[in-house]
Amino acid sequence: MKEKVRVASGQGFWGDMLTAPIDQVRKGPIDYLMLDYLAEVTMSIMQKQRARRPEAGYARDYVSLIKEILPDIIEKDIKVLSNAGGVNVMGCAEAIRDVAQELGHKGVKIGVITGDDIMPRLQEFLDKGIEINNMDTGEPLADILDKVQAANVYLGARPLVEALDQGARIIVGGRLTDTGLTLAPLMHEFGWTFDNWNQLAIGTIAGHIIECGGQCSGGNCQYDWQNIPDLEDIGFPIIEAYPNGEFVVTKHENTGGIVSIPSVKEQLLYEMGDPHEYITPDVVADFTTINLTDDGENRVRVSGIQGKENTEFYKVSIAYSSGWKSVGTLVYSYPDAYEKAKAADRILRKRLENLGLEFDVILTEFVGVNATHGHLSGEPPKDIPEVQLRIGVRGQNRDDITRFTKEIAPLILTGPPAVTGFAGGRPKVEEIMAYFPALIPKDLIETKVEIIET
Amino acid sequence: MKVELTKLAHARSGDKGDTANVGVIALKDDIYPILVREVTAEKVKEHFGEIVKGDVERFELPNLGALNFLLHESLGGGGTLSLMTDAQGKTFSTALLRMHVDISDEEADSLGIA
Repeated sequence: MKEKVRVASGQGFWGDMLTAPIDQVRKGPIDYLMLDYLAEVTMSIMQKQRARRPEAGYARDYVSLIKEILPDIIEKDIKVLSNAGGVNVMGCAEAIRDVAQELGHKGVKIGVITGDDIMPRLQEFLDKGIEINNMDTGEPLADILDKVQAANVYLGARPLVEALDQGARIIVGGRLTDTGLTLAPLMHEFGWTFDNWNQLAIGTIAGHIIECGGQCSGGNCQYDWQNIPDLEDIGFPIIEAYPNGEFVVTKHENTGGIVSIPSVKEQLLYEMGDPHEYITPDVVADFTTINLTDDGENRVRVSGIQGKENTEFYKVSIAYSSGWKSVGTLVYSYPDAYEKAKAADRILRKRLENLGLEFDVILTEFVGVNATHGHLSGEPPKDIPEVQLRIGVRGQNRDDITRFTKEIAPLILTGPPAVTGFAGGRPKVEEIMAYFPALIPKDLIETKVEIIET
Repeated sequence: MKVELTKLAHARSGDKGDTANVGVIALKDDIYPILVREVTAEKVKEHFGEIVKGDVERFELPNLGALNFLLHESLGGGGTLSLMTDAQGKTFSTALLRMHVDISDEEADSLGIA
């Protein structure tokens, strides 16, 4: 057994710093690289891409990354885990295989995890009488079934461990939990088992700490933010785990940012619900048992973590079409910038009304005055230099939303003076994807682990 | 005396659907009991006013010197449904730190707050 295992975070979301995973591989020693590509909205975007082009539907960035780092990870024996496969896991795995073959690497094992995509099975579940209801509202799935754009189960560490046990160098899955991507290597290396709730909670919380990349190593950190060094060269976080269940959060030497008790605390609380019950497919972790201690410069030691038995359900994320929206903006300048922006808002709303357009919601924000903190910001200074009017609409009728987008630019020559900021042209009309979170019994889901080899 | 919470805590916020969460972390260990006493769910609900349409829940994490708040129905529907600039609740952390709380003169002295 290894004395310690280093799992590095390379990507906190689809669109994160492209250089981060490359730096993790090249700037110091690591054993595993984990990359999270999937936000809730991502799956429905990928389903749409795949509907247009059957070979699409996954994060192409991941394939480009593998092309760049493959020689490094083979030489240094690093394994890579990610959920970049989106809604076309096999397509992603095959693209990686092709890249490895182009580069002349033989015997590279690619682990492919499927079974999370249950969109084709929803009708089958309903026919069998299985209740799938919105966890928040209680609404039954049948009410929105014809509008569903994506439906994926959150899979845990189990198939990842299986793929590692079978010798996979690069693992690709779809809707895998971000925490499982960190937990699985620790289970594989240390021989941890799926009935040891404390060990599962340890790996899960380690995963939570690094799953948002730089957000735990100095990015978006409020504590003493002015003195966080060299963010232009931020080092993404690394978990250095030990067989006894303790781990250290750190980053490579000679990188920017900071790993400190405050930076780790902020990330621990990110998107937190009930801290006693952080539920994943693998375990229910208790965040009130976490003990943090200073372990030197850019090192925080984590111990004491406890967990409880997991639940019998998987969480399902279902995305469905729910109308249309658009947001337009204009910038008004001194003098009376705020008054002008408010007058423009009144004029625009009256015109929309006169046109007989119907919206579910119209929202006006004044950027520079109240867009982030609302009324808590108080009244702006009289001589405020500029204010951006930002007005958004949403509704079920696409034509009405499109008509709205044609009413923004006319305000420039037919409304209050000293206005600019319209260079982008008419605002875009976007389809709204609403979420339907639900639970489904685990025994209905079949996950599959395959290995393809170059 | 009244002090702005920024003097006592740092924070991070995020979203789960139409619920924003705000984690409030004591700047020093001995501040945590003041947060527990002063930053109650009721006061947080009152502070946000019309911004939070649903309930406010509070959870205590004494091990981290932190409180976690869930602000239900506060993100204009959440996700891609929301028209808000801050549909993910990223700035609710600093919005909560605008709150003013009561501390005694002795507490202010021992914490070095003028």
